[in-house]
Order: sequence, then structure tokens, then C-alpha cells
Amino acid sequence: MGAGVRLIVRGAKTLSERTMEHKTCTSLRIVENRPLGGGAQYLLSLENPGWGAGGKTWRPGQFVMLRPVSWGLELTWARPFSIAQVDEGGLRLVIRPAGRGTDRIAGLAPGDEVFLWGPLGTSFVTEPETPTLLLAGGVGLAPFWGYAARHPAPANLRLVLGHTIDLAAFPLDPFAPLAGAGRLHTFHQRTMADLDAFIALLERHIADHGRAANGLVLACGPGPFLRTVRRLCDAAGARCQVSLENRMACGIGACLGCVARDAAGRNVQSCTRGPVFWTRDLAEEF
Amino acid sequence: MDLSVSFGGLTLKNPVLTASGTFGYGLEFTPYGDLARLGGFVVKGISLLPREGNPMPRIAETPCGMLNAIGLQNVGAEVFLRDKLPRLPWRETAVVVNLYACSAEEFGDLAGLFAGEEGVAALEVNVSCPNVREGGAAFGADPAQIAAVTAAVKRRAGDKPVIVKLSPNVTDIVAAGRAAMDGGADILSAINTLTGMAVDVRTRRPRLANVVGGLSGPAVKPVGLRCVWQLASALPLPVIGIGGIASAEDALEYVLVGAHAVQAGTANFSRPDFAFRLVDDIAALAAELGLDSLDACRGGLRT
Ligand SMILES: Cc1cc2nc3c(=O)[nH]c(=O)nc-3n(C[C@H](O)[C@H](O)[C@H](O)COP(=O)(O)OP(=O)(O)OC[C@H]3O[C@@H](n4cnc5c(N)ncnc54)[C@H](O)[C@@H]3O)c2cc1C
Ligand SMILES: Cc1cc2nc3c(=O)[nH]c(=O)nc-3n(C[C@H](O)[C@H](O)[C@H](O)COP(=O)(O)O)c2cc1C
Ligand code: FES
Repeated sequence: MGAGVRLIVRGAKTLSERTMEHKTCTSLRIVENRPLGGGAQYLLSLENPGWGAGGKTWRPGQFVMLRPVSWGLELTWARPFSIAQVDEGGLRLVIRPAGRGTDRIAGLAPGDEVFLWGPLGTSFVTEPETPTLLLAGGVGLAPFWGYAARHPAPANLRLVLGHTIDLAAFPLDPFAPLAGAGRLHTFHQRTMADLDAFIALLERHIADHGRAANGLVLACGPGPFLRTVRRLCDAAGARCQVSLENRMACGIGACLGCVARDAAGRNVQSCTRGPVFWTRDLAEEF
Repeated sequence: MDLSVSFGGLTLKNPVLTASGTFGYGLEFTPYGDLARLGGFVVKGISLLPREGNPMPRIAETPCGMLNAIGLQNVGAEVFLRDKLPRLPWRETAVVVNLYACSAEEFGDLAGLFAGEEGVAALEVNVSCPNVREGGAAFGADPAQIAAVTAAVKRRAGDKPVIVKLSPNVTDIVAAGRAAMDGGADILSAINTLTGMAVDVRTRRPRLANVVGGLSGPAVKPVGLRCVWQLASALPLPVIGIGGIASAEDALEYVLVGAHAVQAGTANFSRPDFAFRLVDDIAALAAELGLDSLDACRGGLRT
């Protein structure tokens, strides 16, 4: 866990207070909203929310809740988005328009104001010496931007991106070092018939990170993708973390609308106990 | 301006409480504001034993609101008393425990667990639950059962004020309120959620696994105002107004129709500092309107 301001509040600390360093809830302006691949996705840059010195008190895998001020009363909830990166360009998010909220976020312009809280939830582990496989399903690529940028031994990283939309819709510049080293693999799934080939590809890469290699698999993407990854990792004996994309209302553990079933059969908030879980801590049907 | 309010045996530094189920156990919100600034907060509904709640999906966003069918997932009374309550700033703000049970006896037992707890300011009874002994119909729909549950809680509540939280899913909310009064309620709160549903036309599935759920948020404010106005006009008990509060104006509207205090619910999800800001915003609005105290405008609706 990184250093940072710890929140000490009356008596014992809650789980979130132990694992979060510096959460803020603040209004921020849009700096840039760049359509990628003709608007299939957007690279949304916001003012730096100032999470502690150097903006380093967030960890890849964590997320923010974002709600444009213009929503008024109509759209009730903020929407959760992975923190892709915080750099000189500000807080970077990658947005895939997928419904009424994200469609409107796609239409935000520089200067527009959003309300945002975070960084929230758990993060992906970093084991510098371990061969680590990053598996991204579509916009699930976002958290791996910051993850790859911060990894102390990028030579141990391999990234597989499965996508249904055009590759031009993905911010791939940050992954140039991986691509240059031949460790970025993309797979365009055009029809359902391609699915088997994609799963076979996943299986081959996961096999390289299985029991024998004592490797690590980190996955982010839609639920069915994560369940497939989990099944393949279990079969290969690979240690695996997945980032769940459950629907969220509050993002802070209060509404109990986002729960996942853990290995003990209990319902736990995926916003505070996750979104990143070790698959061994989740029930078969999470 | 003095925002403090005193009613039904409860004294609050300001009229802002947060509604059960929308504010966790309070601790979730400590990064976003100082709990001690609130008039108080009502914790998630607590049952005798822990509950895992309903299957997913449990929430759906609807225009100006949301549906929920959480199913009263909670840690149970014992864990709450051991792990949560000691960490709450109860000396500085009112911690109200929301009770959930499925029979009058269970409600009484639950009340007994909190009666002697110094850190609990009041008990709020959630009557929007099915009565398992009586075939599963909601307590809140039957005045006789509301009276019985209220009496069972009141008997075991010691000196804690008993708040009965009414369901709007009835034809006559005043009859429900009167039944709570007959059972010995000190305070009424209204409203709980309105039963509703949402459907996904593409998958042909309901958006909640439970099919039906409770509607909350700005969409329900007109119903909440109507209920509070009817209750406050007809009965001598103080009322806490709940339903769709998303601004200081909304809160003062509830005071105008007769509420002594308010609870903010779903708005806490739209931004986690909502309740803390509401305290400041009410003070600012009251000053703008030239009010010296909330008593000066309570029930002041011009009809
Ligand atoms: C921790 C986390 C990180 C995420 N990171 C990103 C990201 O970096 N980039 C990105 O584009 N998206 C991300 N998502 C998904 C994003 O939050 C949803 O796409 C968005 O909330 C949908 O809102 P909407 O109003 O556009 O869709 P709606 O109109 O509400 O629904 C459209 C579709 O999306 C589904 N949906 C609704 N809410 C969610 C939700 N919260 N999560 C998943 N599916 C949902 C609905 O079931 C429906 O099928 C993330 C989700 C989580 C939980
Ligand atoms: C997710 C959620 C959970 C809730 N859980 C409870 C509960 O446990 N007990 C209860 O009495 N009311 C519960 N409620 C109802 C609220 O306390 C409140 O009465 C209702 O939401 C209306 O207020 P609002 O429009 O400000 O949200 C819940 C509401 C929501 C949205
Ligand atoms: S989103 Fe509210 S508890 Fe997780």
C-alpha cells in the first residue's frame, strides 16, 4: 500500500479507511473529451483531483464515481469508472458509451463540471518478479494503463486485449513499450463464431502463467469474460484477480446494491471489498 | 440561526437526519463529512439475526429516482452493537436504529436489545415488512397490526423515543398513523418507498431479481409531501418527513407541510457529502427567507 494521508476517524478504522489513503469528493471540470475510433470510446481528461502529493495516492484497479452536474435530478446515480491514469494531462478515464448515462458523458465538453468521488475500492496486486498476464475485455483495458505505467519490471508483463469495436477506439499509446516488446496481443471478435478462437487464445496465454510458472493473471472486462477467465485459471492453476463491473449506486459501501457472493456464501459490497477480488475469495457464481 | 429542533422526546442540533438504508452504518460517509454535524442518522434496518438479503440485481435507476430490493441485508443486532455502534459519534449526534422483524414478538425482542444502549437516541420501526405469522401481508398495510407492533416495541423500548415509519402503499395513511399513535408511538416518519417495478424490453426480464422493489428519490417527493401534510394535519404526533429530498428547498417544503425534521435518502447516493451540505444549505435558505427558527415556518402552508 502506498503512503498518503490516512483518515483517522473516531476509534477503530473501517476497512475502507485502512485501505484508502486520500479520498475526495469534489467538483471538477472537463479538460478534454477526445473521441477515439470515431466515438466508439472517449478519452475523458479531468482536472487533477489532487489525491495527495504527486497524485500517487491511488492504485490501479481503483475507480471513481462520476456524475455530471448537468444531470440535475433526472439521472440519480453517478457512474463508476476505472482510473486509467493520473498524469500531467489530469485524471484520465476511458468511457465506452453503453447507455443513457455514458452516452451523455460522451457529450461532455471542456469546461463542463462533474461531481466526482474517489479513489474507491481495492486494486490489482503488483508482484514485480512474477510473470503477469493482463487480460482486458474491451474498455476493461482502462486500469491497465496505470498498472503498466507503474510496474517496476514491465518486462514481466504481457497484455491481451479482446475487443468487438475497432482497435482505433482504444488508447494504445501507453502500451507502446509492451507492443514494441511483442507482449501486446489483440483479438478482434467480429462475430459470435470468433468466441471460441478468443477463448483458445486466452487459454494459451493463461497456460504460460499457470502453476508451473507461478504466474499471475489480472482481468478486467464484462462478467461473462471474467467467468471464462476464472474457469481457465482454475484449470491451469493460475492465481487470478478479477475486477467486477457490478451496477453501483453509491460506490462507497452504503446501498448494498452492488454485492458479489464471496467464497463463504456471503454478499459483500463489490465497491469496497472489490472491485478487484482474488477469484479464490469469490463463490463459483460471483 | 438556531436550527435545533426538539420533538417527541428527541432533541436534534438541526433537522437533518439521513434515511435508513441510504447511509450504511454512518461510517461509510466519514471521508466526506463530519457525522457530528448532522442532526442525526438512521442506520440500515437491523434484524435479530444477520440477513444476506435478496439476489442480484437489487437496484435499478429510474427517471428521477431508483428502485431497490436489497432485502434487508444487514449484520444483525449483535454485530451492530459490538462492532459498529461503539465507533459512531453518538455523543455528538443522534444515532437512530431502524428495526426490522417479521413478527410483533421479534420486534419487541429487538427493541429490548437497544433499550439500555446509551448510544442509541431513538428506535425507528420499519413496518414495511411481511408478517410471517399472518400469511406474509405487510404489517404496514393493516392498522391493527401497526398498533400491535408499535405496542410491542414501546413496551420494551425503555425510555427511547419510538418512531414508527409508515408505508405510503396504503389507501389511508392517516389511519396507519393513528394506529401507530394508539400503539404508543412518540413520532411518525413518512414515507418509506413506494412499491414499483421496471422492465427491460429487450431481455423481457424485470430489472430487479425480486421483480418488484421500492421506489425512492425525487420522483416520490410529491407523495411524501402529501402523506406528511395529511398526517400532520390530522394527528397530534410530530412527523419526520422523508421522500425525494434533494435540496434545502425540498427540506423546507416538508417543514411547511408540518414536519419537525427530515431524512435525506437516495440523494446521499448522488453525492456522498449531500447530507452535510444540506445542513448548511438549510441555514442559508432559512436566513434568506428571514426565518428565526424552523418553528416559525412549521405547518405554515398557506391554503
Ligand atoms: C468498478 C467499475 C469500473 C468501471 N470502469 C469503466 C471504465 O473504465 N470505462 C467504462 O466505459 N465503463 C466502466 N464501467 C462500466 C460503467 O460504469 C457502465 O457502463 C455505466 O455505469 C453504464 O451506465 P449507463 O447509464 O450508460 O447505462 P445504463 O443505461 O444504466 O445501462 C446500460 C447497460 O449497462 C449496464 N449497466 C448499468 N450500470 C452498470 C454498471 N455500473 N456497471 C456495469 N454495467 C452497468 C446495464 O445493465 C445495461 O445493460 C465500470 C464499472 C464498474 C463497476
Ligand atoms: C437502497 C435503499 C435501502 C433502503 N433500506 C431501508 C431500510 O433498511 N429500512 C427502512 O426503513 N427504509 C429503507 N429505505 C427507505 C428509505 O429510508 C426512505 O424511506 C426512502 O428511500 C424514501 O426517501 P428518499 O426518496 O429520500 O430516498 C431504503 C431505501 C433505499 C433507496
Ligand atoms: S455501490 Fe452502494 S454498496 Fe456498492
